[in-house]
Amino acid sequence: MQELSLNILDIAQNSIKAGADLVRIEIEIDRAENRMRIAVIDNGCGMDEATLERVVDPFYTTRTTRKVGLGVPFFKMASEMAGGQFSIRSAPGEGTAVEATFQWDHVDRMPLGDMAATYCSLVMVSEGTDFVYTHRVDGRSFTADSREFRAVLEGVPLSAPDVQAFIRDYIRENTEEISGGAYE
Amino acid sequence: MKSLAELQAIKEKMKGSIGLREEDKNCKRIVVGMATCGIAAGARPVLTAFAEEVAKRGLTQDVMVSQTGCIGICQYEPVVEVFVPGEQKVTYVKMTAEKAARVVEEHIVGGNVVKEYTIGASAK
Repeated sequence: MQELSLNILDIAQNSIKAGADLVRIEIEIDRAENRMRIAVIDNGCGMDEATLERVVDPFYTTRTTRKVGLGVPFFKMASEMAGGQFSIRSAPGEGTAVEATFQWDHVDRMPLGDMAATYCSLVMVSEGTDFVYTHRVDGRSFTADSREFRAVLEGVPLSAPDVQAFIRDYIRENTEEISGGAYE
Repeated sequence: MKSLAELQAIKEKMKGSIGLREEDKNCKRIVVGMATCGIAAGARPVLTAFAEEVAKRGLTQDVMVSQTGCIGICQYEPVVEVFVPGEQKVTYVKMTAEKAARVVEEHIVGGNVVKEYTIGASAK
């Protein structure tokens, strides 16, 4: 993975497969504290303790067609090589919360990348799941909430091209605004 | 700054033009592999390119763009499967946004498989 937004897309796919109807994606950047936190929190089926212990192991997967599962280990690695910490909390029936922190100015911290593209890809192909994306930078924040978008759209699909373009620009412009600079 | 009022305007413009697509047998399907292997190899821009190309040509009623997980040929990612009713499934490999545009033009619209991008051509 070359940018963290791709790890987020990948981790959120697990939430969709877990049957979540709501996925919260949180990004918090605190430049004074030199810290970034990324969380993907879903209300899907969750995991029992035995499974939870194994998901960070690259040689564990729920799939039966192959023997490796690299999504979670990649994200963990991205965080740990940038001086951060990684955790997963989960319980059957209660959903899963994946959280990673990063040292903001660490030389090995990958760029966040194109979160607008990640969000658009997620809502384009998952009609049954809503995504609430909150982006905070130094205390300022904005939220993109697919439930709000759907309420306005009254049946016009989130995958409609004009809607996709709107959501992409909405995220880009708001991210620029709260970051006080160009979109990453 | 974009606001939800703008989204409201998009809805007003589109309302009525959106017929509910019937998920029937006549619908062509483009399925992009979006597991870890696909995403790492560049599936996100490929998915976006297919959606945009289908929209640009006004085919959203006849063509469905969707995603799937890993189908087990990770070394060929990004992998895209095209299902045309009544025809054999076509598996395109090592896809890019540029290749996506050509697949829509030649295969989806023109009915001719872009052989050089298929797994058969790639494996040779």
